[in-house]
Amino acid sequence: MYKNKLLTTFTLAVYIFLLAPLVIITATAFGTDSYLRFPPKGFSLKWVQNIFEVEMFARTFVISIQIAVIGTLIALLIGIPAAYALSRYSFKGKGFVQGLFLSPVIVPGIVFGFSLLKFLIIRFEMDIIPSLLIGHTIVILPYIIRVISSSLENFDYSIEEAAISLGASGLKTFFIVILPNVTSGVIAAFILAFINSFNNVPISIFLSGPGVSTLPIQMMSYVEYYFDPTISALSVILMIMTAVLMFAIERTLGLSFFTK
Amino acid sequence: MKKKGLALFLMPGMLLLIFFLIIPLFASIGNTFVVDGGFSLSRYFDFFKDEYYLEIYMRTIKLGVVTTILATILGFPTAYYISRTNKKVRGLYIMFAVFPLLTSAVVRSFSWMVILGKRGIVNTVLMNIGIISKPLSLLYNEFSIVMGLLYLFLPLMIMSLVGVMENIDGDLTEAAESLGATRFQAFFKVVFPLSVPGLIVGSILVFTGSITAYTTPQLLGGSKAKVLSTLIYQSAMSLFDWDTAAVVATIMIVTTLIVSSIINMMASRINSSRG
Repeated sequence: MYKNKLLTTFTLAVYIFLLAPLVIITATAFGTDSYLRFPPKGFSLKWVQNIFEVEMFARTFVISIQIAVIGTLIALLIGIPAAYALSRYSFKGKGFVQGLFLSPVIVPGIVFGFSLLKFLIIRFEMDIIPSLLIGHTIVILPYIIRVISSSLENFDYSIEEAAISLGASGLKTFFIVILPNVTSGVIAAFILAFINSFNNVPISIFLSGPGVSTLPIQMMSYVEYYFDPTISALSVILMIMTAVLMFAIERTLGLSFFTK
Repeated sequence: MKKKGLALFLMPGMLLLIFFLIIPLFASIGNTFVVDGGFSLSRYFDFFKDEYYLEIYMRTIKLGVVTTILATILGFPTAYYISRTNKKVRGLYIMFAVFPLLTSAVVRSFSWMVILGKRGIVNTVLMNIGIISKPLSLLYNEFSIVMGLLYLFLPLMIMSLVGVMENIDGDLTEAAESLGATRFQAFFKVVFPLSVPGLIVGSILVFTGSITAYTTPQLLGGSKAKVLSTLIYQSAMSLFDWDTAAVVATIMIVTTLIVSSIINMMASRINSSRG
């Protein structure tokens, strides 16, 4: 295999394009000036401090975490059995069912958010939190199903058949044979779903209302009024969170999952 | 597994999706075709006849196309490079390409506000060198949106291509070269055609992602450069014009489906013409 110098330089340039903006924000988070500048002058942690003083950030951070955790748990409860059923068995109408479970990916987020607003909040006068939960759960469900299906791809079902032939019921076999073997997939699915729920904007922006909002939405409003390094500092914290979670995915599922 | 068990495993998900996704969606879409109690496409004709709306629609498509082309140009060589690295190093490359993907779109779009702003890096550098004396207005236009969208979706294109290129046997290019092909020829006649499936998937992902994205055009386009997604939000939340919002939403979905189908059809044409 040869390494073409032009190709190597080109790839390096692309990676600089991908990573430099994030490095730049990190740098601006610690500047002393009250506007965003790069390179930053001086070093100060006051913008990190400011995050905690903006009340809405703390509150929406908690709401985002809660929705992401609960939504992911519900999605796992629904998605793991569904993924198992879809990858293990053939049945009439399977194509339709697969399409149905795939539909959240095809429908643009902004369109889904809009129809949820009309349907749940306006027509059925549902509260914001349950509506957010429903929306987020649906949006992250495909991720769960994809990861678990991927985990089950190479599973040797003869173990399952052996268990059944030894007298275990189908349901019991699911819990004793299948589930323990997809544990690492479940962890990875949890993390992936959590990240996507936490970061979601299209659904949250339609469903958020006075007092109840998610962190990304608050960040967007803040940016449109105050253009200062507080957002940079908050971004750094979020990036650290992401990096930690990403290492967890690497340990369980392996990052090659993203190339499939 | 008995039929009952299967149904138990699938029902919760199916019910959730049918009641909260499919039905509300079809209700919104269906209403756009009803005018005065009867079926009519008049709302759609009115939309495309309106200069303001038509401009927004064309801009959305244009930005999608430009972003997809740029993502292909930048992504193809990069993915090829990555697919040629050894397994140990490849993990690192993938990790650095995936990290932006997992970062919030708000953070990623914000970074471009910092770079392109009046006191941003580009302007600061250009003024320090002396090329310009007044800062350029690089934000809140189509250029900044494309930069943001490209930044958002390039990793997706790279990942789609790496997935396909990994499976292309390295021996094939060596065989081509031993038969007299130059490196360029080997790349274009062997690797490129075999990568088309990944290119198809990547293009669909990038294009549909670009025309449906909300965060990036909102932060980087402002009110001057509107696209379909920001139009939906504005119609619904600022103007309370639910009808228009629903019409735009339907147009967005239909456009997405049409373009995906076209790209897929182009793919099978390429495949069958090569026999």
